[in-house]
Formats: sequence, structure tokens, C-alpha cells
Amino acid sequence: MSANEGRTMSDGVHSPSHDRLVDALAGDLKPVRRLPAPSLRALTWCAAVFGVGLVAMPFADLDALHIRMAVPDLRYAALGAVLTAVTAALAAFQTSVPGRSALWVLAPVLPAALWIGASGMGCLRGWVVPGTDLPDAHEVGGCFAFLLSVSVPFSLGLVLMLRRACPLRPNLTAALVGLSAAAAAAALLVPFHPHDATATDLALHGVAVGLVIVVNRLAGGRLLAGKR
Amino acid sequence: MAFAVPAGPSFAYDPASGFVWHGAARRLTERRMTPDRTILDQTLASAMAAAQGGDGEAYRRLLRDCLPVIAGMARTQGVRPDAVDDVVQDVLLTIHRARATYDPARPFLPWLRAITQRRAIDRMRRAGRRPQEVHDPIAYETRADSGPAPGQGLESRDRARILAEAVAALPEGQRQAVEHLALGERSLDETAELTGRSKGALKVNLHRALKALRRTLGPNPDERTPGHERERGTHDV
Repeated sequence: MSANEGRTMSDGVHSPSHDRLVDALAGDLKPVRRLPAPSLRALTWCAAVFGVGLVAMPFADLDALHIRMAVPDLRYAALGAVLTAVTAALAAFQTSVPGRSALWVLAPVLPAALWIGASGMGCLRGWVVPGTDLPDAHEVGGCFAFLLSVSVPFSLGLVLMLRRACPLRPNLTAALVGLSAAAAAAALLVPFHPHDATATDLALHGVAVGLVIVVNRLAGGRLLAGKR
Repeated sequence: MAFAVPAGPSFAYDPASGFVWHGAARRLTERRMTPDRTILDQTLASAMAAAQGGDGEAYRRLLRDCLPVIAGMARTQGVRPDAVDDVVQDVLLTIHRARATYDPARPFLPWLRAITQRRAIDRMRRAGRRPQEVHDPIAYETRADSGPAPGQGLESRDRARILAEAVAALPEGQRQAVEHLALGERSLDETAELTGRSKGALKVNLHRALKALRRTLGPNPDERTPGHERERGTHDV
């Protein structure tokens, strides 16, 4: 239905096309289940990710994990990844509801800075601390496969949950989805990481974040925007 | 249903809102609103809550009540007058799609404003992407706006009301002639059949009705019919 039909007489309020649209929408009305609060939905997603982590924990090398967690920058990188996953998910759910503060976008900034900063320290580890266990090409490939295979399902899960809401800035929400999924994948990778350097992971996380945004853009912004 | 402690400030848990400072969001917004605005907000909020439950009539009322609010918000946002209708319809469709996200514990107008602002920006961006060539800056500045003038809707509503009152005050035969022939655009034959009056009588009644209306609605006293003419031909035929 086009607004042009009533344009000659319309002042934005009185228009036959508005009346027809209102009648069509009201006539088509079905009861809807009110969405739970964004914070509650974000917590549900975080709990699901935590559950995946618990299921995978028996396969982790816990002794090596304890040793790695004794190193401050690796510990802070892991903490930053967890906090980034949680805050980015919270921000994504908040931005998917009209009328919520846009400042939620800033929530993952500090945790992401901690995650990226501490991970960036891994780049220098080979030079700063001689004898560090650096990954070879095969291990890098394994990490990439792990991150992709974990971030993609996490991203899809988030997108499916967010589509039930109405993200008014779909590209921004998609970026937060990518950030949260990538950070969650990075946090889950920590117990299985066979080496100390994390710079390669950082690059791969960048690819994962970019992938979700590009996929959303390729879908014409409709992946999250849905049908208007 | 909220598990809240109403006495005194407290945290409350609401499945729709999560943990909230009890009523804080609504109170903060209400403090910024005028009393009329608060009443409007409450009316719209309760209509939306009913619409979420499937009440079509409440939803129809809500959407109709939202029309002037959306149009005003779109204009404030800088939408051109001829694009306001499109923004209004985009917003109506988005309200329909997003109605499950509205939380009745929160004020309605900020929710509506967020949708309207976004759709207005989307519309202006789309319009901005269309190529526009302007060779003459003066012509651009002085170009007449194709959309309706501000307040035109109010004026036309007032005019329609005054005209309806003047027509209602006419004698029965003249009123019928105006309603069927002038406003209803029916033919003389149809009107004669409907009213049971002859075509000649209808013509005379229409003529007298128009004269009476001109007298009643004339813009200044000089244009009004002189007294001696008013004396004759004012009754029905």
C-alpha cells in the first residue's frame, strides 16, 4: 500500500491509505507473547554458552590450563573474552528493543579493550619471554577451525533469538552479535589452547566478527531487520 | 505479573523488564512530560497492552491515536512534508512487527519515538541516495513545497465542521438538496427518487440553500446578501 494515494489531501494524519493500513493491521491482529526482558534473554544465551563449555570441559587439559592461567596477560585475556561475550550479548539484546538507551553499545568497550590488549601481549611473547610455546601452522589451522565452528553456531543462535525482537539498527546489532560470538568462542578456546600466543586468535576473531557483519550486509540488512 | 513491593523505593523483578528499580523508568519519563502527555502516554500504553492480548479494536484506536504523534515526530526529525506519509506508514508497519517488544511497565512514547526516529532517518537516507541535480540555487531556495502547509489538516477539519453546522441549520428541503446534489454528487433523477420531490423543486432548493450558505459563511459583511433579498425565497419548495 502506498502513501502516494492520499498525498494530495494528506497532512500526514488524514489519509485514506493510512485508514486502509490501520484497518488491515488491526484486522490481522493476533495475540503475541510479550518478549522477556533483554537482560533475561542475554543471560539465557550466556547460560547456553556456559552449558556448552561445561559439556566440553572433560576434553580439556586442565593441568596446562592452570599453568597458562598463572601468566597474567593470558589470564586477563581469558577474563576479557568472557566479559566481552557477556556485555556484547547484553548490548545486542538491549539494542534489539526500541526505546532502550543507545549507550548500551559502549558496554563491551572496556572488556574488549582488556581482551584485545591482553591478547596483543601474546604477539610479543616470543620476543619478551624466550622459550614460549608458539603455534605452528597446523595448530593455527586447528584454532581457526575451532573458532569458526564455534562462532558461527553461536552467531546463528543469537541472530535467531534477536529476530524475535526488532533491532532498529540491524548492522550495529549484527556487529555486537559477531563480537559476542567471537569472544565466547575465544573464551571456550582457552581450556583447549595448546600454546601461549594469542595474536593469531585475535586476527581470527576479527575475521569472525567481520564475517557476521558481511553476511548481514549481503542479506540486505534483512537478516536482523526482518520483514518491515 | 510483577513481583514488586509497592511501598517505598525498591528493586523489583518483572519477567518482561528484568530487575528494575521499581517504576523508575516510568517515573523518570513522567517527570519530563506535561500532564496531558502523561495521560496520552498512559492511554496508549494500556491500548498497546490490550493489543498484545489480541484486542483488535484497542489496536485500531491505538494506531489512529498514534498517527498525529508519529507525523509530528517525523516533522521534528526533519522529514520533508511530502515524505511524512511514507514515514507514518513505515512506522505503523514497524509497530505491528515490534509490538511484542513493548513492555507496558515502561512509558509508550519513548518506544514510539525510537521507532519513528529510526524510520525517519532510514527514509531521509534513501531520499538522499537518489540523485538530485540543482543548477539554480535561487530556484531551489524559492521552490514551492509540494506538500500540505503546516496546520492545513486543522484548518480543513475546522472548515468541514463549520460547513456541516451551516448545512444542518438549513430547512429540510434545502438540506436534502445540498446533501444529495452537492455533497453526495447524485443526479437530479436519483435525488428526486430518494426525496420524493420534483426536479424543479430540488433546483430551487439547491439555489436557495447555496445563497443561504453564502450568506452564513461569507468572509465579510459586504459580500453578504442585502436584507431585501434575504426576505424572499428562504423557505423550502
